[in-house]
Amino acid sequence: MAKDFDPSGRLPDFFMNAGTSSFTQFLTHASPELLPGRRPLPPGMAADLAPHGTTIVAIATAEGVVMAGDRRATMGNLIASRDIEKVHAADSYSLIGIAGTAGIGIELMRLFQVELEHYEKIEGIMLSLDGKANRLAGMVRGNLGAAMQGLAVVPLFAGFDLSPADPSRAGRIFSFDVAGGLYEETGYDSIGSGSLFAKSALKKKYRRGVSTDDAVRLAVEALYDAADDDTATGGPDVTRKIYPVVMSATAQGVHRLTEEQITAVAESVVAGRMENPGG
Amino acid sequence: MQFYASPEQVQRDRSEYARKGIARGRSAVVLTYEGGILLVAENITTLRKISEIYDKIGFAAVGRYNEFENLRRAGVRMADLNGYSFDRRDVTGRGLANAFTQTLGAIFSETQKPYEVEICIAQVGATPESDELYRITYDGSVMDEPGFMAMGGQAEAISNVLRERHDTAAELQDALALAAEALGSVGGENGQPRRLEAKQLEVAVLDRRRKGRAFRRIAGSSLNELLAGSADVADADLGEVDAAPPGPAEDKPTVSAASVDTEGEARAASDDPAEPADDVNGDGS
Repeated sequence: MAKDFDPSGRLPDFFMNAGTSSFTQFLTHASPELLPGRRPLPPGMAADLAPHGTTIVAIATAEGVVMAGDRRATMGNLIASRDIEKVHAADSYSLIGIAGTAGIGIELMRLFQVELEHYEKIEGIMLSLDGKANRLAGMVRGNLGAAMQGLAVVPLFAGFDLSPADPSRAGRIFSFDVAGGLYEETGYDSIGSGSLFAKSALKKKYRRGVSTDDAVRLAVEALYDAADDDTATGGPDVTRKIYPVVMSATAQGVHRLTEEQITAVAESVVAGRMENPGG
Repeated sequence: MQFYASPEQVQRDRSEYARKGIARGRSAVVLTYEGGILLVAENITTLRKISEIYDKIGFAAVGRYNEFENLRRAGVRMADLNGYSFDRRDVTGRGLANAFTQTLGAIFSETQKPYEVEICIAQVGATPESDELYRITYDGSVMDEPGFMAMGGQAEAISNVLRERHDTAAELQDALALAAEALGSVGGENGQPRRLEAKQLEVAVLDRRRKGRAFRRIAGSSLNELLAGSADVADADLGEVDAAPPGPAEDKPTVSAASVDTEGEARAASDDPAEPADDVNGDGS
């Protein structure tokens, strides 16, 4: 745990000083071994060493945003997991999805979640949505060294902006590149191996101001199309009842679709494809 | 020139100094009720005496602001560090109380000036019986309190009011009325009780029925209604975790670190004002 405990039993200075509101910055003093991006990596490619998460889609709606992710993780030509969950709430108004090396992505996501909550508790106020996106970009950039050795991770970030410049665009989506580049997307975006196909599907179907319910259906359709053409993306698994994770962020906060809700949507999408495989 | 002062004398002087400092300020009370733990401080400023530490753990303090703010930050940092490296449910009120008691004890015995603070770490459980309230004083002593406590100002007199009337089965509005009455029972002219208004109170609850982060502030209209005795303040009206979203966003590129006056005009020029609201993808399709 925290190093350098004072023999008097008193908490060390870096717990008490006024300093920073950032949890990551606090960790650099308290427990630097818990920070990603600081571990020396032996040279060589390590791309097939650990499972990779695949496709995530996000759609801006009239009420906010919807984000969905398939459930597959792959290792080379093998399926490493059929039921991994890659879309999570970052805080009570924003969502994060991860694609790339699963272990590193999960660590990044966990640290980001604590970072947001920590700031909120220390400062008594939430970070702005732009502030959250910039913070995440910095964290992705910290992983550049590992990314160059094949352990890349790229998140997709979306949330409901509590104080938007334009109220009709309160649902906002941000994408990243491995070097920490941050890009705000209009309408929809997708990341991961199947993103090419998911984006093509959304391009034809997406309309601005789509309702949350319709966006959920669109997202599941897009993931179906991704799974149709990309082996690393998992489609709806009707035999095992494993369906995509779908979450929304609106003025009411973040919400994850229940098992029954997503089962209904996924089964209806599959039924539709029985008639017309192309959607 | 050095004079000898016995250790007892030094400790006594420090204690007296700290006690006087704490007694000068306004008070805070913490009490359990049927739906959770209620934290109320008499506070007319926007600087907070009550805050969230972790999922089920709240913090209330009286005394010198800079000193208890230090401790509060330390508590949040410790809780988040433990929750991040282990799991969220491994963060306990007792662990935090232990860290605070060690820290305050060390500060009391090692430094010239003790902290003039008294703090409460409250952890809400599934039932009023499983709630935990820890009182930690300036010298590092810790006490496990039985369902209610008062700190700061004339804490003894306020405690007496709470002791007589505290009921763990009370509803929120009754618990709040008791807390406001107890806080107002002292400090009036000629010993008369005062009637405290919503704007003189800082109020929060640790809601035992809420999953995850149980801490909610109660302010504004819902606080007025509760103080007026209304029983039907909706759960959703109990404020956000720590409300107050940042002010209106400035329309500037997120990645730019420059101020909006340098970015604003270029953006306005590039926006197409004629774009219809239901346009598809902005390309006219």
